[in-house]
Amino acid sequence: MKNILGREIPDSVTLPNRQIRLFSGVQVRHEDVVKKSVKTRVADPTEGKVIHDIKKAIEKSGLKDGMTISFHHHLRNGDYVMNLIMAEIAEMGIKDLSIAASSIFPIQAPLVKHMESGTVTGVYAAYMSGPVAKAISEGKLKNPAVMHTHGGRSRAIECGDLKIDVAFIGAPTCDPMGNINGTEGKSACGSLGYANSDALYADRVIAVTDNLVVYPACPIEITQEYVDYVLVVDSIGDPKGIVSGTTQITKDPVGLKIAKNTIRVIEASGLLKEGMSFQTGAGGTSLAVASYLKDIMKEKRITGSFMSGGITGYLVDMLDEGLFKCIMDVQCFDLSAIDSLKRNKNHQIMSASMYGNPHNKGALVNVLDIVILGATEIDLNFNVNVTTDSNGYIMGGSGGHSDTAAGAKLSIVVSQLFKGRLPAVVDEVTTVSTPGETVDVLVTERGIAINPLRQDLIEKMKKHNVPVMTIKELQDVAEKMIGKPEKIQRSDKIVSVVEYRDGTIIDVVYQVKDQ
Amino acid sequence: MRILRRSMLFIPGNSPNMIQNAGILGADSIILDVEDAVSIDEKDSARNLIMHALEEVDFYGCEVVVRVNAPSTAFGEKDLREITPKRPDAFMIPMATEEEIRLADAIISEIEKEEGIEVGSIKLVPIAETAYAVESIADIIRTSKRIEAVLLGAEDLTADMEISRTKEGGEIYYARNKIANICKAFKIQAIDTPFADVSDSKGLIEDTLKGKSLGMTGKAAINPRQVDTIHHVYTPSQEEIQYAKSVIDAMKEANKAGKGVFSFEGKMIDAPIILRAETVIRKAILAGMLNEEAMK
Repeated sequence: MKNILGREIPDSVTLPNRQIRLFSGVQVRHEDVVKKSVKTRVADPTEGKVIHDIKKAIEKSGLKDGMTISFHHHLRNGDYVMNLIMAEIAEMGIKDLSIAASSIFPIQAPLVKHMESGTVTGVYAAYMSGPVAKAISEGKLKNPAVMHTHGGRSRAIECGDLKIDVAFIGAPTCDPMGNINGTEGKSACGSLGYANSDALYADRVIAVTDNLVVYPACPIEITQEYVDYVLVVDSIGDPKGIVSGTTQITKDPVGLKIAKNTIRVIEASGLLKEGMSFQTGAGGTSLAVASYLKDIMKEKRITGSFMSGGITGYLVDMLDEGLFKCIMDVQCFDLSAIDSLKRNKNHQIMSASMYGNPHNKGALVNVLDIVILGATEIDLNFNVNVTTDSNGYIMGGSGGHSDTAAGAKLSIVVSQLFKGRLPAVVDEVTTVSTPGETVDVLVTERGIAINPLRQDLIEKMKKHNVPVMTIKELQDVAEKMIGKPEKIQRSDKIVSVVEYRDGTIIDVVYQVKDQ
Repeated sequence: MRILRRSMLFIPGNSPNMIQNAGILGADSIILDVEDAVSIDEKDSARNLIMHALEEVDFYGCEVVVRVNAPSTAFGEKDLREITPKRPDAFMIPMATEEEIRLADAIISEIEKEEGIEVGSIKLVPIAETAYAVESIADIIRTSKRIEAVLLGAEDLTADMEISRTKEGGEIYYARNKIANICKAFKIQAIDTPFADVSDSKGLIEDTLKGKSLGMTGKAAINPRQVDTIHHVYTPSQEEIQYAKSVIDAMKEANKAGKGVFSFEGKMIDAPIILRAETVIRKAILAGMLNEEAMK
C-alpha cells in the first residue's frame, strides 16, 4: 500500500490495539472522538502511598509480561528514572514490555541490553537519539518502534491507541499524596508538560522522586488524584544532563546568514506585528533568528502575545524585556527557563496535549503565527525528514515538528544547503517526518524557497524584494558544488513505523544494511 | 568609484569551508589571503585551493581579491604567476613600496598578455603598513594604473613605528588622515585598517566612525560578523538619501529657472552641497538602495 505521499507501507505493518490507517493528508476531520476510559484503583485512605523500594513499587503496580510502561523525558540526558526502573524489572524477570517514552536520550543506553534479552520488545517515542536509536535502527528491537509527534503521543494515549498500563513519572518534587512539581528540588527540570497525558490516562501511576516534601508540594503541576504510589529513590537525575541543549546564539557566519534570511521572510510575511506569536528551537541558528527578531521588535515597538515550545533562557530574556506577554512552556531547556517558571506568572506550563494534540478541543499550535524548524533533509515537495540521518539511522524524530508545522500560519525550515558533502535538498527524503503540505518556506544560506502551495507568500516576498528561488534551483546550486550522493542501501526489515500526529502512518524506517 | 568597497573581508586561503561560503557573507569585497593567514608549509596548498576556488566557486558577484605574498619573494612571485590566469578581480600587495608594485604590475601584465586577458584589467590594492609606505603613498599609487584602493594596515605600521596599537587608535590618526587625503586626491578608495576585537561590537562602530570621519571610504573586516556594522556606517542612511534626492530635485528646478545658487529649506545650496548630494546618491545606487533609472 502507498500513502498519499507515495510512501510504501507494506501490508505486513501492524500496530497493537488498532487498525492501520495510511496518511491521507493533513486535513483534520472535525468529528467526535471518544477518549478512553481509565481504570482507577480507589485508594485506601488508611494506607500511605509512599514506597522506598523499587521492587515493591513495581509489584504494587501489578506489572506483568506484555504490558506497556511509560516515562517522560523532562530529565533529558540526565534521566536516571528509566534506567533504575528497567534494571529492577529485568531483575524481576518480567518480559515482553513496551516502553512508551516521550523521548529517549543517550543516557538510556542500558535499554539496549533489555531489548536484547527480551525484557523490552516494543518502543514508542516522539524522538530518540544515542545507542537505543542505533540499536533499533540495526534491528535489535523485536517489534517496530512507533515514532509519533508530541501532540500525536497525547492523542494516542487519550484515545487508547497507546494504552499505558503503568506510568513512572519522574518527579523532581513530590509530597506523600503524590502531588508533583518540576520546578523545585535538586533534580528540577521545570515544566512536566509531556507527562500530563500519562498521569491522566495510565491505569497505574507511580511518581518517582528524590525530593519528598511535606504535603502539599506547592505549586502543584500533576495532582494527587491521578497518582497511585510515590516511590522515593536517592536520585532521579544528573542536573548536568537535565539542563542540556544549545542555548548560545551561533557565531557561525553561515548560521547567521540563514537567520538573517529568515528574518527577511518573517518581515515580508506581514506577521511581524503587534500580538504576534512565535516558536523557535534551542539550536544556535534558531536562537539567532530570535535575536534578530528581538532587535526588530524593539525598534518597531512591537509586543508579541506568546512564545511557545521548549524554552531557553534567551526566550526568557525576551519575556522579561516585555517583548512578549507570555511564554507557553511544554519543556524547559535550561536553568534560566526553570527560574522564570518559578517567578513569573506569565510563564505558563502547558501539557503536550494542549500544545499539539490534533484531536482535542483546540491545541496551541493552531493559534501560533510563526515557527522556526530544522531539517536533516527536505525533498522537492517540501516533505521534511528529522527522523533518520544520511545513513538511514534513527537520530531524532518529529517531536513537535509536525504539530507546529501543521498549526502555524508560517512554518519556516532553516537549514544549511549542505553540510559537509550532504545536501539538504534531495529528490526523496529517507524518511518523511513532516508532510510538505505543512511546510511553507525553506531558508538556506544560499537562497529562500517558498512552497508553491503558498502563492500568497510568494507574492508577499516579491512585493518586499525578497529574492526567492524554487526548491529545485536550490537543489541544483547544492549539487553543482557537492554532487549528488548515492542512495543508501537498506534491508527489507521494518524497524520503525512513523505516525503522523493524527495516528495515520506517514512512513516506515527500514533496518540499516550491514556495512 | 566603479564599485563599492564598504567592506573588504579577509578569508584564510587555506580554509575550503570558509572559501566556499565567502560569497554569501554580505561583504562587498572578499580577500582570499595566502599571506599572513597561511603558514609557510601551507602556502602551496592554499595557492592551489584559491586557484580552484576562482574557477569553481560561485562568489555571487562579490569582488574577489587575493592577498599575495610580497612580489619580491619567491612565494609572492609564484602567487602572482599562478593565480593571475584564474582572473581574480584584484591582488592585494602587502608591505607596499614602489618596487613591489612595479614588480607586481610587470608580472601580472606578462601573464595577462600570455593568457589573452585584457592588460590592466586585474586591479591592485597596496597595503600601507610601514612608515615608509604611509609617507610615500602618493608615489606608490603613481607606480601603477591598476591601483583602485589603498588599505591601511595599522598592526604592521605601529610595529614599524615602535608604538603601541590601542583600541582608541590615536596613534594612527595621522596615517588615516594621510591615506584618506591622498587617496581622495587620486580619486581612489581609502580602506581603513580592520578592528581586531571581533567580540566588541560597540568598539567596532566607534572605530569605523572614526575612519569615516577622516575620509576613509571603507573598512577591512577580519570576521563576517563585522560586515553588517561596517556597512551600516558606510552606507548612506534613508534620511541622507532622502535629503540628497530633495537637493538634486531642487537643483533641477533651479537649473530650469536659470539659477546658479539657490536656497532649499532655508539654506543656500552651492556646488559643494550638490557634490555631496550626488555622492550620496551614487553610493545609494551602488548599495542597491536606489534604482538608477528612477534617478534619471
